[in-house]
Amino acid sequence: MAEVILNNVSKAFGQDTALDGVSMTIPDGAFVVLLGPTGAGKTTTLRLISGLEKPDTGDILIGGRSVVNDTPAQRDVAMVFQQYSLYPHLTVHENLAFPLKSPILRTPEDEIARKVAEVAEVLQISHKLNNKATELSGGEMQRVSIGRALVRDPSIYLMDEPLSSLDAKLRSDLRVELKRIQAGLGATLLYVTHDQIEAMTMATHVGVLDQGRLVQFGTPREIYENPVSLYVASRLGLPRINTLPVALFGDAPAGAATIGLRPEHIAQGQGRDSTVTRVEHLGDQTRLHLSLEQHDIVTLTDVHTTLRPGDTVAIAPRNPLYFDTNGTRIA
Amino acid sequence: MSSYSITEPSKRQKWVAGVLVILYAVITIMPLIWIIATGFKSPADAISYPPKVMFEPTLEGYVNLFTTRTRVSPEALQALPPPATWYEGIVRNRDMVIAGPSRYGERFLNSVIIGFGSTFLSVFLGTLAAYAFSRFKVPLKDDLLFFILSTRMMPPIAVAIPIFLMFRTLGLSDTHLGMILLYTAVNISLAVWLLKGFIDEIPREYEEAALIDGYTRFQAFYKVVLPQAATGIASTAIFCLIFAWNEYAFAVLLTSGTAQTAPPFIPTIIGVGGQDWPAVAAGATIFLVPVMVFTILLRKHLLRGITFGAVRK
Repeated sequence: MAEVILNNVSKAFGQDTALDGVSMTIPDGAFVVLLGPTGAGKTTTLRLISGLEKPDTGDILIGGRSVVNDTPAQRDVAMVFQQYSLYPHLTVHENLAFPLKSPILRTPEDEIARKVAEVAEVLQISHKLNNKATELSGGEMQRVSIGRALVRDPSIYLMDEPLSSLDAKLRSDLRVELKRIQAGLGATLLYVTHDQIEAMTMATHVGVLDQGRLVQFGTPREIYENPVSLYVASRLGLPRINTLPVALFGDAPAGAATIGLRPEHIAQGQGRDSTVTRVEHLGDQTRLHLSLEQHDIVTLTDVHTTLRPGDTVAIAPRNPLYFDTNGTRIA
Repeated sequence: MSSYSITEPSKRQKWVAGVLVILYAVITIMPLIWIIATGFKSPADAISYPPKVMFEPTLEGYVNLFTTRTRVSPEALQALPPPATWYEGIVRNRDMVIAGPSRYGERFLNSVIIGFGSTFLSVFLGTLAAYAFSRFKVPLKDDLLFFILSTRMMPPIAVAIPIFLMFRTLGLSDTHLGMILLYTAVNISLAVWLLKGFIDEIPREYEEAALIDGYTRFQAFYKVVLPQAATGIASTAIFCLIFAWNEYAFAVLLTSGTAQTAPPFIPTIIGVGGQDWPAVAAGATIFLVPVMVFTILLRKHLLRGITFGAVRK
């Protein structure tokens, strides 16, 4: 395991800038989650660290050593691809053993058997070991592709949305399992996802990418509670943060254009009257859709609320976030 | 009239389709049956009119194919000891004795060496080139690919004269190496284009995964790409072999002795004096076997090769 440092890394594909001067330190043993919409540069970051792409400018260090001129094999990284990329002509067992048999590892047969069995057990695919990789369901393929990384002990694990095609139950199981494995091994892990629950629950650090630039890097809590911009604020939180014109509630710092209100940052029973448009009972929580001067607001309320569409609720901001016209946080 | 269905053809439609398919199959297979049957006929049966469907089979054609014979007088024939072998007996019946083996065996072997040799070379070079064109940034890639394809735009025999002169100067005339190189040159464009299509369909992620799993680019190619390109390689090999095996014009022009292949040799079997059609037919029949076996062995791949490109993933 090792510390990985990106130093002012840029990468363009033709006219498209994929990464623009990204600097980031992934501490040894950290679980770093990269967040951002499609095209923000998350996958490119993984590919640059793995060595599948070369940066146009900037340096990448693994364990203190510059690796930009190394081949992927020399970098000793493990990667889980979004499209699984299992070797279709091999069985599950052979797929899992493939990295261990590589010329750089040359693992003895008995150790291969032991490691494969161990990983298969954790990922609940032991009964499929003799199947061809193509005879698996999507979820099983994804687990095998995670397993193919976990059999190794690389300097860093790179994972590109590894849980995206699993069903909800398996996803939450594996989320816990993956975090447990990572913590147990003290592994350094860089993880790309769209899923903010994964980001919040697994990450020690979250990096938010926007159009190739790293806009904020910090603990999940920091990113959630103290976002540097409206863009970062809207990456985390479900239901999403409500963005409203400042004028709606008055009493704002100078220069503020937008007020950002997380659903839990809306106090009920005081302030301005809004109309209930919809009540969503989700079981563990109840979402209240409100309308205030044509603006839609979503907040949470008592699970056993008796509110119905058409009712009136008074609301007021509590610990709001303020942003200027460019979306930059000012307070 | 029964109800109309889009998915299920009516009974009558099935009948018509069935009859047409069988008719077509019969027409296609007729020459083949004719050749195989003629090989087992006596010379008289072979040219009888109307053609004989039922006849007494004989191996005379095959014996004549593999031997050279000399005619002897009936008295001399009487003086000889009884025939030692069954084929000696067949020859004696025609007032002849076996003078020695014919050259068919050598010519057939030449066909095998040149056919399979050029097929191997075409597929080997074609796979490497196709991989490079599919995966790497090759300068002027599109122009190069078009150039390679353009070598197929004329019948190869159109360049017969320059090739003839070139071969004479280089000492490649009537050599195995010359013929292998020539057939490879003709086949390579087909091989590159076919294989590039197949390799393009193999996602790059497999190799990327192998690179990250600790393998070199060549190991990734060898361990991951090649097994998945097996179908493409097999069908390309069949197409290349069929061309090299059946090629006649260049073989006539450029080979005469050492490296002569079977196609130009077979017509010469017809002989002097009599027309030995059974021997010619026997030669053609045996000549069919290797390609037939090769094709049957790889026919699953061949079907995939023929329909290649029709299904887009």
